[in-house]
Amino acid sequence: MSGTQDPGSNDGGKSAPELNEIDTGEVAHDAPHGRKSILSEHARHEIDHWLTKFPPDRKRSAVIAALRAVQHDIGGYLTKESMDAVAEYIGLPPIQVYEVATFYSMFETKPVGRHSISVCTNISCMLCGGEEMLSHVEKRLGIKVGESTPDGRFFLKREEECLAACNNAPMMMVDHVYFENLTPEKIDEILDRHK
Amino acid sequence: MSDEVNIEVNGVPMKARKGQMVIQVTDANDVYVPRFCYHEKLPIAANCRMCLVEVEKAPKPMPACATPVAEGMKVFTKSPKAIAAQRAVMEFLLINHPLDCPICDQGGECELQDLAMGFGRDISRYSERKRVVKDKNLGPLVSTDMTRCIHCTRCVRFTQDVQGFQELGTVGRGEMTEIGTFIEKSVDHELSANIIDLCPVGALNNKPYRYRARAWEMTQHPLISPHDAVGTNIYAHVLRGRVMRIVPRANEDVNETWIADRDRFSYQGIYSEDRLLKPSIRENGVLQETDWETALQKVAEKLGRIAKQHGGGQIGAVASPNSTLEELFLLSRVARGLGSANLDHRLRRSDFRDEESDPLFPSLGVSIKELETANSVLVIGSNIRKEVPLLAHRIRKAALKGGKVSFINAKRYDYLFPVAGYLASNGIGSLDHLIAVAAAAINASGKTAPASIASLVGQAQPNDTHKAIAQQLSEGERRLILLGAIAQRDPAFADLRLVAGALAEVTGATLGYLPEGGNAVGAHIVGFLPGRSIGGGAMSSPGLNVADMFAAKLKAYIVFGAVEPKLDIAAENVSAALEGAEFVVALSPYSTAAQFADVVLPIGTFAETAGTYVNLEGRWQSVPGAASPVGESRPGWKVLRVLGNLLNLPGFEYTAADQVTADIRKALDESQTFTAKPVTRTLQAKAAGAPVVRDVPIYQVDAMVRRSSALQNTREGREERGVGA
Repeated sequence: MSGTQDPGSNDGGKSAPELNEIDTGEVAHDAPHGRKSILSEHARHEIDHWLTKFPPDRKRSAVIAALRAVQHDIGGYLTKESMDAVAEYIGLPPIQVYEVATFYSMFETKPVGRHSISVCTNISCMLCGGEEMLSHVEKRLGIKVGESTPDGRFFLKREEECLAACNNAPMMMVDHVYFENLTPEKIDEILDRHK
Repeated sequence: MSDEVNIEVNGVPMKARKGQMVIQVTDANDVYVPRFCYHEKLPIAANCRMCLVEVEKAPKPMPACATPVAEGMKVFTKSPKAIAAQRAVMEFLLINHPLDCPICDQGGECELQDLAMGFGRDISRYSERKRVVKDKNLGPLVSTDMTRCIHCTRCVRFTQDVQGFQELGTVGRGEMTEIGTFIEKSVDHELSANIIDLCPVGALNNKPYRYRARAWEMTQHPLISPHDAVGTNIYAHVLRGRVMRIVPRANEDVNETWIADRDRFSYQGIYSEDRLLKPSIRENGVLQETDWETALQKVAEKLGRIAKQHGGGQIGAVASPNSTLEELFLLSRVARGLGSANLDHRLRRSDFRDEESDPLFPSLGVSIKELETANSVLVIGSNIRKEVPLLAHRIRKAALKGGKVSFINAKRYDYLFPVAGYLASNGIGSLDHLIAVAAAAINASGKTAPASIASLVGQAQPNDTHKAIAQQLSEGERRLILLGAIAQRDPAFADLRLVAGALAEVTGATLGYLPEGGNAVGAHIVGFLPGRSIGGGAMSSPGLNVADMFAAKLKAYIVFGAVEPKLDIAAENVSAALEGAEFVVALSPYSTAAQFADVVLPIGTFAETAGTYVNLEGRWQSVPGAASPVGESRPGWKVLRVLGNLLNLPGFEYTAADQVTADIRKALDESQTFTAKPVTRTLQAKAAGAPVVRDVPIYQVDAMVRRSSALQNTREGREERGVGA
């Protein structure tokens, strides 16, 4: 295990952990402060913000928010390295981050296009033309639901549930932002905006 | 008594403690409630739902494992409603569970199989396809058949709550949920293989045991694991005289229900290819196989002659500290019968100053169970997780309960619990840290410094961590200072102990030891030492300790047990001394003994001999042998008995190991009460030079462990040997 030999611990006092510090072994030692994290400053800022909202021994609660920030940051899906970086930053065993990332459908753990599109086809949207909107997106991008465009720009996600914007159906979500009262023209315009 | 709650289970009134779950009360009262995910040693998950019971006034069946008792609660575990719920859960669990019991290693000892007998339907109502889950590679210890998994999460909770570092998790969601590591990764913790026993189905199994035997063909024999001084209780499962696997034997006072991976997989060393099958004698420089009689005659004749010609002092006997009490006792009598007092089992120790003030035996100072409730523990010179994994687990529990655990070590090791203070000393030695802690304790208490260290504490400049550790050792009821194996191997061990003793005196903490070897305590008790006889009685003329024995280049050596001099004996010049000796006899299970011995006598390993082990609490545990000895090897005590007879020594007429044990007890009863000699030495100056750290990796600790291919192929095992993945 790397990090066990801490060359800085000569005097024992300075580099010994603070009293009552939780010593979680691998994670704590593999995360020496000062090493550059692969997380962007924005992501770290976001994680810090969410960490303040939970008690210090409930850091695990900030994982969802952290992953959301990181996923948007690094191009639409979570790599193993990015999840490990989140685990290291928050101080959790990596598996606890993997668990969250694989549980929630809004996280992608396999390579997909950088802009994620979810077109709602649940009951209200279906009645107002959601399925036509979906086939328009499919035709325009030349991909089916669940696929990404070859240029890596878009990912057409399969959405299982109602996205709760029935009052302005039909709707879709691009990068978790809602676009409502859709028409094919409006869709073209929205997609053009996402490079 | 506000703490007591009265409940009624199936019409029978029962007493319960407030906060207890229903299943804990029913378990305590022998009312059976089926379960998969509940385990008394793990946190409650309530995700299998098998333990649903009917509770009066509750609209739905309730999980007994997660329903706290309440005054006047009426529980029905076998009512039609409860049974219907349990049967329904069983049906759901079996929807996706494969029907591959005939090829499943768990078959015959499977909780799912058992409960399916009680609660399952005889015909499935489902014709849909079953879920298939890809198997994971969790390393060389645990095999996986993940399609069989029922998601009880016992393994996940074990890694998280018992190991302290979560290695397994539930990945995915709903029907797609899988237990695993997400990335390709082995489970590496030193207790990890306990998930094999925890898994209620055949999803996680013993990899080396895979497809070797069926549970019902084997016989079960109790044994004691000899690799560390915990005295871990194990069972050997034996088929036609051969150990097929090792499983834990529950003993709340010692190992609870856990065993270390080392205890579980070392049995592979019994069947290592280099086991000695026959005695052999060196003739003209070449070892020739022979029969027992010839070999033993030769040994008796040679040793007898050397003792006669050169005196018994020219014979030295070293024994593995993993040997049984009986073996050590008989060997000490053989050696002393030959007139030699040169006996030692402290093979990795190098500092023998102060050995007269050794305690009767190196004891933990408290019981293993009490360790769990320690308020303060200072561990000096020990990679405790690797040295004594099950004690590290108890100390972890103490730390999680708020006990303060600190370390003084030569380098930083990983501990998966809150550490109050860690003094890692690259550069300045553990001794300096210890002196500084003692100085801080003396300053804080206002007591005068014990004379032994008075001249050094004056100069010490304790920093905040030193002070905090001193403070920690003065607070609370149960306080311990433990000297680990690395400390005991230290070239300045006597100094370390002197200061640790002074610190204990000042703070009122108990000084304990983590002795090395499964029976080091037993070896002390029977006096397998140069200066002590049985029961700790002083020898009128002490012999040579292990270091001096090899430095003195004696005429003859007796090497007992699976001792491989280069790896197991710290003394210098061992090879030269053995080579130069006129006669060396090795009693060993392994053919490496042939490299240095003139007569090689094959003896059985711990599984092949009856014997007694005394653990670091002083707990005597006797077990009969479990397996047939490999080849012509014989239990060590029998070989020594015959040797004693051939040497015409009196009192070697034993026919069973327990007669030897009875003799040991008798001799102990007759021996005088032991009182340790007080330390009179004073520490004037610290030893010069850089501190020497003698760490022995977890899977290099003895010859048997070194021969377990499963352990050697773990991440840790490979790293120790410098072999890459």
